[in-house]
Amino acid sequence: MTNETVIKTDKLTKRFGDFIATNEITFEVYAGEIFGFLGANGAGKTTAMKMLCGLSTPSSGNATIAGFDIYKQTEEIKKNIGYMSQKFSLYEDLTVLENIQFFGGIYGLTDKQLKAKSNQLIETLGMQNEAKKLVASLPLGWKQKLAFSVAILHEPKIVFLDEPTGGVDPIVRRQFWDLIYSAADRGITIFVTTHYMDEAEYCNRVSMMVDGVIKALDTPDNLKKQFSASSMDDVFFELARGAKRKAD
Amino acid sequence: MKQFLTFVRKEFYHVFRDKKTLLMLFGLPIVQIVLFGFALTNEIKNSKIVICDYAKDEATQQIINKIEASQNFDIQKTLFSHRQIEEAFKAGNIKLAIIFPANFNNDLSHLHQAQVQIIADASDPNTANTLTNYATAIIMDYQQELMKNNVVPFRIVPEIRMLYNPELKGATNFVPGVMALVLMLVCVMMTSVSIVREKENGTMEVLLVSPFNPFLVIIAKAIPYLLLSIVNLSVILILSVTLLDMPINGSISLLFAESILLIITALSLGLLISNVAQSQQAAMLISLMGMLVPTMLFTGFMFPIENMPVPLQVICNIIPAKWYYTIVKSIMIKGLGFSAIWKETLVLFGMTVFLLVVSFKKFKTRLV
Repeated sequence: MTNETVIKTDKLTKRFGDFIATNEITFEVYAGEIFGFLGANGAGKTTAMKMLCGLSTPSSGNATIAGFDIYKQTEEIKKNIGYMSQKFSLYEDLTVLENIQFFGGIYGLTDKQLKAKSNQLIETLGMQNEAKKLVASLPLGWKQKLAFSVAILHEPKIVFLDEPTGGVDPIVRRQFWDLIYSAADRGITIFVTTHYMDEAEYCNRVSMMVDGVIKALDTPDNLKKQFSASSMDDVFFELARGAKRKAD
Repeated sequence: MKQFLTFVRKEFYHVFRDKKTLLMLFGLPIVQIVLFGFALTNEIKNSKIVICDYAKDEATQQIINKIEASQNFDIQKTLFSHRQIEEAFKAGNIKLAIIFPANFNNDLSHLHQAQVQIIADASDPNTANTLTNYATAIIMDYQQELMKNNVVPFRIVPEIRMLYNPELKGATNFVPGVMALVLMLVCVMMTSVSIVREKENGTMEVLLVSPFNPFLVIIAKAIPYLLLSIVNLSVILILSVTLLDMPINGSISLLFAESILLIITALSLGLLISNVAQSQQAAMLISLMGMLVPTMLFTGFMFPIENMPVPLQVICNIIPAKWYYTIVKSIMIKGLGFSAIWKETLVLFGMTVFLLVVSFKKFKTRLV
């Protein structure tokens, strides 16, 4: 891991009328790290992530993604990030191969690159027999692994994962994290939100968001020491107890 | 450009894999044409009638032959007494009775005047009216033939010409209506549903995070429906020309150009709906309710706009299909050129620009 900063935010804020969804959050994410972005429902994680991806314009504050300004250089940012949304985000009525080719295509991959990439991807996921099947026919775990692989098809600098492992069993989750690790090994920075505290342990560093504010940010080990807790679960409870917002 | 084509190809996959949508897309116009052409027509053919002929002479026989020859009537029975007439009506399927009194020919040749009684089942007043008109026309026709031989000093013969549609075919009225209806319905519904589906499935977010231009997303989505609508339009035209003997008197390319304008209007309306609707069902419902009903009621092909109260006439003017309907009738039936329809075209064009600007603005604000 280098100390090159790929995400840097400075008092990033989003207001919806009187409601402050994210309140002056300031943090840095380094190249190649797996950064866990944790918080209770309604804490402002998704809003923050949307601002970083360019889906939402901040009310105030600054941020740079992969060295590009979040206000002025959105087009450059888009080329350098991947995104996997909370909802399963492939086309169910397209085959595995067609999905790969579509998403590769709109990121401007050439036919040659696409062919090589899709072969490699299908082999890594062991989906040789499913390549020409409709995505709708795959089990959820496979879909999610596929969605992740498609999100990093264009080799982005950073990939944003919004609760990627919702609703899948522990074995698939483990496999999913294997994919995340191998992507991180290739130098892709992973920015992930999750509800599973065991997954928080897999992250290099973790931030905890409560009521739109980042309450803690450190490695899982340091956090456990700081809150003299035995697990990330306890850390989360310790922090979330003070939350005033109701979960949505 | 290549990215754009990738996107368009994906949209075609969506369309062709969704069998239900495809069936609706191509089934709808065919069903409409057949339905309006053969079932829902205001012409009345082969109405069952009875004839009670007390005269049984040369004149009545000639009139009966004429009636028999007409496509509108089908003589069920010849009755011997007028008492049987009511029974025949009560039995149900008789629509009209024609009664010739005794000495019909005699009266006609000596008194120069004879009477015929026509009794219609007026429980359906429109049908009764139309049928008595048909019957009167046949009798008048016979009278005209007699006149040729005798010279009557004073006579006014009104000569009626039904311009553009001499046979008073219903098709000339409803084919343009069906064209407007199908284009509006298909384009508005398909675009709104397909955009809302991306929102619902979360793929829209993924597309917006990608470097692909959001406006191109919209255009790429519209292209398959534009092409399919042109195919649809051709199907409607071929069906109406071959099956319903519909004329196309004007320029076909002008007709297609104007139709493409309406398609673009409809696509931008669909886009607008997709901004408002949160689910595919909502999008479909808004499109159906918002398009189908007003297009049927306020276009003028079912109910004449001239007879509506002023507020409703105002509403008619904001329905794009109304203008298109006028345009299509002018081109297809009257065979007029662009100079005759530029006003309607301008109105439609203005609506399209307005809708596009509003919906693109809305679409943009949603990204922020």
